[in-house]
Amino acid sequence: MKTPFSIGLVFAGLLILAIYLGSHQMRDFDPALKWYAVASVLGAFAVGYRFTVWAQRPPSRMYFKRGLELAWRYPWLLVKSGGQKMTAQTFIKERSYYRWIMHLCLSGGCTLTFVVTFPLVFGWIHFDVGNTAEIYQVKAFGAVVREFSVHSLEAKLMFNILNIAALFVLVGLLMAGWRRLTNAGVRAVQNFTEDIMPLLIIFAVTATGFMLTVSYSFLKGHGHGLLVWVHLFTVVVLIFYIPFGKLFHMFQRLCSVCVSLYKQAGEEGPQSGCVVCHDVFASQMHVDDLKNVLDQLGFNYRFATPKGEVHYQDICPKCRHRLLAVNQGKTLGR
Amino acid sequence: MVAPIDQSELPLDNLEFFIDPSRCIGCQACVAACGECDTHRGIPMIHLDYVDRSTSVQTAPVVCMHCENPTCAMVCPADAIKQDDNGVVLSAAHSRCIGCSNCTLACPFGVPKQQIEMQLMMKCDLCYDRSSVGKKPMCAAVCPSQALHYGSRTKVEAHRGEVPCNKFQFGDQTVKTKVNMMTAHGLDTIPFDVADFMPQGNLAAFGRERIGSPDAAEDTVWEDLPA
Repeated sequence: MKTPFSIGLVFAGLLILAIYLGSHQMRDFDPALKWYAVASVLGAFAVGYRFTVWAQRPPSRMYFKRGLELAWRYPWLLVKSGGQKMTAQTFIKERSYYRWIMHLCLSGGCTLTFVVTFPLVFGWIHFDVGNTAEIYQVKAFGAVVREFSVHSLEAKLMFNILNIAALFVLVGLLMAGWRRLTNAGVRAVQNFTEDIMPLLIIFAVTATGFMLTVSYSFLKGHGHGLLVWVHLFTVVVLIFYIPFGKLFHMFQRLCSVCVSLYKQAGEEGPQSGCVVCHDVFASQMHVDDLKNVLDQLGFNYRFATPKGEVHYQDICPKCRHRLLAVNQGKTLGR
Repeated sequence: MVAPIDQSELPLDNLEFFIDPSRCIGCQACVAACGECDTHRGIPMIHLDYVDRSTSVQTAPVVCMHCENPTCAMVCPADAIKQDDNGVVLSAAHSRCIGCSNCTLACPFGVPKQQIEMQLMMKCDLCYDRSSVGKKPMCAAVCPSQALHYGSRTKVEAHRGEVPCNKFQFGDQTVKTKVNMMTAHGLDTIPFDVADFMPQGNLAAFGRERIGSPDAAEDTVWEDLPA
């Protein structure tokens, strides 16, 4: 049993090592971004800690254990399920097209931002001038991977990639905000810390990031010094919110890939029939695993009957409905 | 038109849900009304099953019982099922649910429903949009026989021959719930019996020879006809 604290330390230690080695012993590290790096290391600790606490709960542990076992059996399904669930997020389309587009804007915009900013902060990627001052070089781990003219379209895209990402995020935020203000069902069950706060934090990061661009592009840098610190503050809040709030679902979604493998293996294996109606209602593996999980959680749904021990897991949900009515009627003599 | 709540039953904290399956007439009004709830629009969450269609008119209406220590939430690998401060066990959080079906299989009352394509578990949340502001859940508001009733305990105890109970014994497991089920006087726990119901894979308690069995009645009618 690994302690969450030690796993958190391992995560943070690995990131420090990756920053040190990836930035050529800090030669390529940009000191202007040092506080982002510090926050990232602390964030890595927090993610490691939270992930371990979560993954060690009996049901999560069961899926990760099974997922690791089955990944070798279904490598193609692993890739396909990862693509569908983590990238394309097609299951959200089934919930509604509006939410699918909203979520793609939010997750796509945020992912693009992370992909650009984290390597920059860690010193893994940095920019340099080429043979002339007109030529820009992109260096990854010290090696030149791309060169372009500062007047090219590519340069415009590269210099504004965070603004482009922020536009997607803003569209997603607007759609999410509209939904949370107008959908009666959503309004009934939403709460501030779980549902509203993440939107506000992401908006704060996006808005202050945009304001930096506005400041140096249109206001001759007016207020830029203060904005740098305000933006840094919002980003740090976001980094620390991720492990302990709603946004942790981006890591929890990993478990859904294990579920895909698990369901496939379950369909191919023996099935479990209800001991009352004999209908097949789940895979035998799932029923057996759940009995173990319930035991680990301290639940005991075993019945001692004259015909031997019966576990309530061996009775299908439909028969449980019927048994509820029958047993209630029995107490009333009906 | 939803029946207005009886103002004399306020304050809201004292309103509780009471189920008496033996009163259920299987009219499906609750199923239709349930689908109107804003939190799961168009998809009814209540279960209404025939106990044994060929031999009995008994139906089994099942809403979420809102367990004090919900098995569904405990077996959820994604921490998707939360309980509010009043003990209402909410439907799975959309952002977290991974559609694994653990909750569906583990719930002793067989309540959660899986929307496979959506990778989402949905279940009765006591019409959270309504009950959280003092209105009756949709099913209880339309139930003509009051098999599903939402009101004050005092009135239920005064008007019914049965008493409310919120403890269930599933073998070695005791489950305490927020929702009450009507039972006989003197019982503080509803015991579950499974042995009687699995001799031949049939619900033996509902044999054709049982008084009141529709098929038995039909046989009588035909037997009494002149040759």
